[in-house]
Amino acid sequence: MKIFYSKKYRAESHYGGNMKEMMQGNSAIARGAWEAGVKIATAYPGTPSSEILQEIASNYPEIYAEWSPNEKVAVEVASGAAIAGARAMASMKHVGLNVASDPFMTLAYTGIKGGLVILVADDPNAYSSQNEQDSRNWARFGKAPMLEPADAQECKDFIKIAFEISERFDTPVLVRTETRVAHTDSPVVLEERKESPTPLGLDRKDAPKYTMVPINVRVRRKIVEERMKKLEAYADTFKYNTMEINSREIGVITSGVSYLYTKEVFPQYSYLKLGMVWPLPKKTIANFYKKVKKVIVVEELDPFLETEIKALGYKAFHGKDLIPNMYELSPEIVEKSLKGKAYKPPKVRVKQDDLPKRPPNMCAGCSHRPLFYALKKLGAFVFGDIGCYTLGTAPPLQAVHTTICMGASIGGAHGAMKALGSDGLGKVCAVIGDSTFLHGGVGPLMDVVYNKGNSTTIILDNRITGMTGHQDHPGTGFTVRMEPTHAIDYEELGKALGVKSIRKIYPYNIQQTMEVVKEEMEKDEPSLIICENSPCIMLRRAKPMEKFAHPVYTINKEKCRGCKMCLEIGCPAISWEEEEGMSVDGHKRKGTVFINKDMCVGCEVCAQICKFEAIIPGTK
Amino acid sequence: MKKTKKTIKKPVKKAIKKPVKKVQEDGKTVNIFLSGVGGQGTILASNILAEVFFKAGYDIKKSEVHGMAQRGGDVTTHFRFGKKVYSPLIKYGDVDFLLSFEFLEALRYINWIKPTGKILINKQEIYPPAVNLGMAQYPGGVEEIFKKFFKENVYVINGQEIARNLGNVQAANVVLIGAFSNFFPEVKEEQWIEAIKGLLAPKLHDLNVRAFTEGRKAL
Ligand SMILES: Cc1ncc(C[n+]2csc(CCOP(=O)(O)OP(=O)(O)O)c2C)c(N)n1
Repeated sequence: MKIFYSKKYRAESHYGGNMKEMMQGNSAIARGAWEAGVKIATAYPGTPSSEILQEIASNYPEIYAEWSPNEKVAVEVASGAAIAGARAMASMKHVGLNVASDPFMTLAYTGIKGGLVILVADDPNAYSSQNEQDSRNWARFGKAPMLEPADAQECKDFIKIAFEISERFDTPVLVRTETRVAHTDSPVVLEERKESPTPLGLDRKDAPKYTMVPINVRVRRKIVEERMKKLEAYADTFKYNTMEINSREIGVITSGVSYLYTKEVFPQYSYLKLGMVWPLPKKTIANFYKKVKKVIVVEELDPFLETEIKALGYKAFHGKDLIPNMYELSPEIVEKSLKGKAYKPPKVRVKQDDLPKRPPNMCAGCSHRPLFYALKKLGAFVFGDIGCYTLGTAPPLQAVHTTICMGASIGGAHGAMKALGSDGLGKVCAVIGDSTFLHGGVGPLMDVVYNKGNSTTIILDNRITGMTGHQDHPGTGFTVRMEPTHAIDYEELGKALGVKSIRKIYPYNIQQTMEVVKEEMEKDEPSLIICENSPCIMLRRAKPMEKFAHPVYTINKEKCRGCKMCLEIGCPAISWEEEEGMSVDGHKRKGTVFINKDMCVGCEVCAQICKFEAIIPGTK
Repeated sequence: MKKTKKTIKKPVKKAIKKPVKKVQEDGKTVNIFLSGVGGQGTILASNILAEVFFKAGYDIKKSEVHGMAQRGGDVTTHFRFGKKVYSPLIKYGDVDFLLSFEFLEALRYINWIKPTGKILINKQEIYPPAVNLGMAQYPGGVEEIFKKFFKENVYVINGQEIARNLGNVQAANVVLIGAFSNFFPEVKEEQWIEAIKGLLAPKLHDLNVRAFTEGRKAL
């Protein structure tokens, strides 16, 4: 739910003479971009970065904002704006930068004119991601500076400084956050917007700088190295590389949220907190080593700082020998790791392993559920993709059998069919969400046709980017600011790519869905199946419930035989109640099922599965 | 805020050299943990808390995992306020107050609470998939388990019922905040109501203010 903030109320939040507001890290980033005079903001949604562009779109009309179809496009659009002299920011989650790495790696050569900031949000512990990579490695690999804020105030401040660094050193700048920075609210001092000093305009004479053909590449290559040297010197003057000298015994080198955790549990230690994690401030580090006897490096994920510090010839008293190199850190993990046996854990009152887990589930009435039930019945091997529909891999459906990265389903199914030959016919398909298809699925579908494949692709069109919280995309007909715009027609697109066999299904009709999918999987040609009239059940504007004949379904307790067939769809509205007894037609049963009225939306999927007509229309 | 029993953090750099007493006066951080199930309105509840203590002049940090929570998963918020708050996450075992919207989600964090902690639980059971499927048991006697460890510091109310009587089950989260507000006698009722009004659209003010006051009376 989007919470409505009254503007007036927010503006009244005075604090110690300054206008202070409580803000999430992501909102502070948006605010920082606005204050920095940013003109162009682009993004593709991804937890934990999605709120940045949403905030910009709803609060800062001075900034042009767009959902780009994917992160690569987002960075390219932002870079074009920067080359034209505007300050521009592209934001994305960690894996988004993999997609955008191609333009990023070369933009470090060309440099920019207006400031260019790429905001990348990591997800330690992979709360909602396909991997747990540490984006700091991109800074070293791409030879670009990287800043890492620890709280909302720093988010705002660092974005502003990132633009200054970008323009001063003629380089794209990476700003890295992670879940606990992006999604933590803390106080932020507000300031006014200042327009950027860089004039707008394109100059054809700049072509050698921006045209990376080999002779120009070699010129720029050298500039990149010279720039890194200058940035190293700058890092030693960077005011957010801060030193706090307390204990002379132990000093901690750390950054971002790792600093906050460590400071919380070991306030007595000395600290070198790096606001700029690449390049490293060599003199400052040398200085710190002079001030304290032993240095511990505390960082989440990879031993990025530790490796570099050791490469400079220093010893780390402790680092990744104690601090875990996977999952997220927390105050107790830092404390436990560094104290070892001396750490006294709090008393265990109830063993947590015994409690049932609560994994995320598709919503009651979700259009993905009946499709996966159909695929499961067909016994298909399903190349999956990334979105709410990835939840189809969980029990009891267990109908998604791969998930690699956005768009991988279509190429995966194509490759598998090429490997299996005619043995694969009738057994394999790819499922991909609408947003994911437009992000990275068009190219692979083109490949299937071009290379005479025979795989089947199902687009699960629920009219929105569901998983990340309802962002529009080129298929929805709306921009990020809700202006109506062209909506892609998947059938026309499929035709243009050369797919001959294109079918539409209404996934809530299980029988029809099974028939169509079976036919298409058996065909020795590329097939495209598009789910229609199947908007996300939470997408109010699409009136998702209107098509259902009844508001809820309920159990006819007399007829229910307790066969548990309806439990196989994993609907959160249906539960099992154990109680031995007998149905009216004399069948012994161990219990009956129960439908939660508050949750059921009347999608009728369970009623289609029940063989005994025990699931019947009800009233709210 | 006058609390005496809390363990004291020593966060401020300069304060370390000062006498301990001074640090105690300054550096107290209060840890509130909220837990529930996606869709129960925990986010609004934690926003109200944060507004109140932010406006009262404290440093605050409020941290939550979004993402898949909309899909019926468990949702937690770490909320901390004090003179200067460092970590966005509460340390395991350091929770002063637990506000839980659901029995199982309360039990899941029982080990996080200080022995002196106070607990408010909403009387609701939401079955996770494994329980729906008959593959796991929903834990029974959650209230008793809490009382065994925390005695009179455990409170249970039925937020939905109170909200339903007011005409909208959706306001159960604000009912709970109303009840929870009793744990902070130093904060005036108006401060809570002001925060609620600030966070919600005007057409929702009446219902939610009533939900808050009913909840406040329920303890
Ligand atoms: C490269 C990359 N960018 C962004 C994400 C974040 N993300 C996960 S799923 C998803 C989109 C899901 O939308 P859609 O395909 O429409 O499926 P739905 O969730 O609506 O079922 C996004 C953007 C990601 N995992 N990887």
